[in-house]
Amino acid sequence: MSTTSASGAAATAAAGFDSVPVRRSPLARFTKRAARHPGFMAGAFILAVILVMSIGAPLFTTHDPYAQDISKRLIPPIWHAKGTWEHWLGTDKLGRDYFARLLYGGRISLMIGAATVLLSGAIGTALGVAAGFFGGRVDMVIGYIINVRLALPVVLVALAVAALVGTSLNTVIVVLGLLLWDRFAVVARSTTQQIAHADFVAAARAIGCSTRLIVFSEVLPNIINPLIVVATLEMAHAILLEAALSFLGLGVQPPLPSWGLMISEGKQYMFFSPWVITIPGVALVALVLGINLLGDGLRDVTAPDNRS
Amino acid sequence: MTVPVLELENVTKIYPVSQGMFKPRAMLTAVGGVSLSVARGEVHALVGESGSGKSTLAKMLLGLTKPTAGEIRIDGVPIAKTDRREVARRIQPVFQDPYSSLNPRKSVADLIALPLVAHRIGTSESRQKMVAAMLDAVGLPRRMIDAYPGQMSGGQRQRVAIARALVMKPDVLICDEPTSALDVSVQAQILNLLMDLKREFKLTYFFISHNLAVVEHLADRVAVMYLGRIVEERGREALFTHASHPYSRALLDCVLTPDPTLGMPDTVIAGSFPNPIAPPPGCAFHPRCPRATDRCHSVAPGPVPVADGVAACHYAN
Repeated sequence: MSTTSASGAAATAAAGFDSVPVRRSPLARFTKRAARHPGFMAGAFILAVILVMSIGAPLFTTHDPYAQDISKRLIPPIWHAKGTWEHWLGTDKLGRDYFARLLYGGRISLMIGAATVLLSGAIGTALGVAAGFFGGRVDMVIGYIINVRLALPVVLVALAVAALVGTSLNTVIVVLGLLLWDRFAVVARSTTQQIAHADFVAAARAIGCSTRLIVFSEVLPNIINPLIVVATLEMAHAILLEAALSFLGLGVQPPLPSWGLMISEGKQYMFFSPWVITIPGVALVALVLGINLLGDGLRDVTAPDNRS
Repeated sequence: MTVPVLELENVTKIYPVSQGMFKPRAMLTAVGGVSLSVARGEVHALVGESGSGKSTLAKMLLGLTKPTAGEIRIDGVPIAKTDRREVARRIQPVFQDPYSSLNPRKSVADLIALPLVAHRIGTSESRQKMVAAMLDAVGLPRRMIDAYPGQMSGGQRQRVAIARALVMKPDVLICDEPTSALDVSVQAQILNLLMDLKREFKLTYFFISHNLAVVEHLADRVAVMYLGRIVEERGREALFTHASHPYSRALLDCVLTPDPTLGMPDTVIAGSFPNPIAPPPGCAFHPRCPRATDRCHSVAPGPVPVADGVAACHYAN
């Protein structure tokens, strides 16, 4: 193929096209709309604070989250009359600094949320896109698999697996990842069905694109926005489930600090030292709220009907 | 005589249609035994009302669906035996609606380069050059190379679609009503562009349209389709001066005149488009034909040679 420069046709028509609006990349448009969305900004702020503080935990506390000091057990936080600045969020029943455990526990929660969503997102998107794109029998089989999955109670299955193979951080991630893909699959399937019948997919086929190229370059970029929204909501879901499993003693195992585990370990002391439950509880609520606000905002910001 | 660049022989497409759970599937004949040949460098128009099978025929030509029976040949080689990618190099589409035929997530550069990427032609730099050359060819300013379809007008989008179709230097362009989704003021620009490009790239057009004014303006030969069959296939002059098939004549009579004082044209076609699942016996057009006789009710007419073409009517001559 040679590059042919053609000018004859160009001259006749180019005249009227000089009023193209200033080009703005999709990213620039996204940033501009996101900045105007208070919920999105609040969610992003909360999440950013939690991310920075957990990942940079050693910068914010000098205490070791595992160091026990029985002589300093259950010190109340600073707003309490007996609080000390040394342990400003107090200590737990083994005398470990509660602020340090909160920061390092945030890492576990975020990691479980992110890893679970990556795993379940990959499974759900692959199944959903296959069902929506190929239709017919493929759709029937995958629809059946989705229904089977929807009929499984997540917590019960997770408990059963934990009881069978034992509990560890990896088990929690894998089990939740294998269980939480249903919403990805449903959303990917319905959005792909719409895209698969668009003219530009027929055009890509007529151009000679392979099915793989069509899926990755025509279909996926057009369904990624709703999937990102699902990912944020599922991440919050996974974090809460991890907390629930840890609370039941079948999630993350001590002495690893996890917010759900901290609530679980504190439940014996909640009547006389309520902060052992409220502090990780508030952190959990803030994280889930932040992620949900971000997800809701993302849905609004990326909604095509909202394009100005 | 040279081998026609595009040849259809008895091409048929039948869709099974579900009529409910306990009824047997009905057979819908979308295209029933179409034979055509398109010579190199010619503009071959296909006209017919909605539902006559024009778009199904286009889909088969593009390899998007396989014909139930019959054969489509490019330069004498059946496309059923050709690699889909090789067919794509020879035949490219321009779709009706440039608002849905361009991926909204891609920039103009990516859209036009897609065929090159799909066929692994060139490096990213040489592709950029080819894209820029195509922008020149279709009359788009080069600075639109990074624009997105959402930032362009319908006419500009259709130019992008044409550039994408031409970047592989195909032989045949299948234009499926390329101007019917555009503003009237832009239609003429796009049609003139298509004719300029035809000369420049030595293209052959298979031009699907229901706009007879457009067809008269640019077609060399015209096929008229009714209920999945070609009822008349003739040179433009012959068809527009003395159409032989009553359906073609009725279509020509339906064209609105630019003079508003003349009022609406008289349509001689009565009734509505028949159900393609249960087509009328004999000549499919007989329930609406002003000249139908008993023979038309029972015997399906075959193609009859008329001046510069054929017509499928018992009373063509």
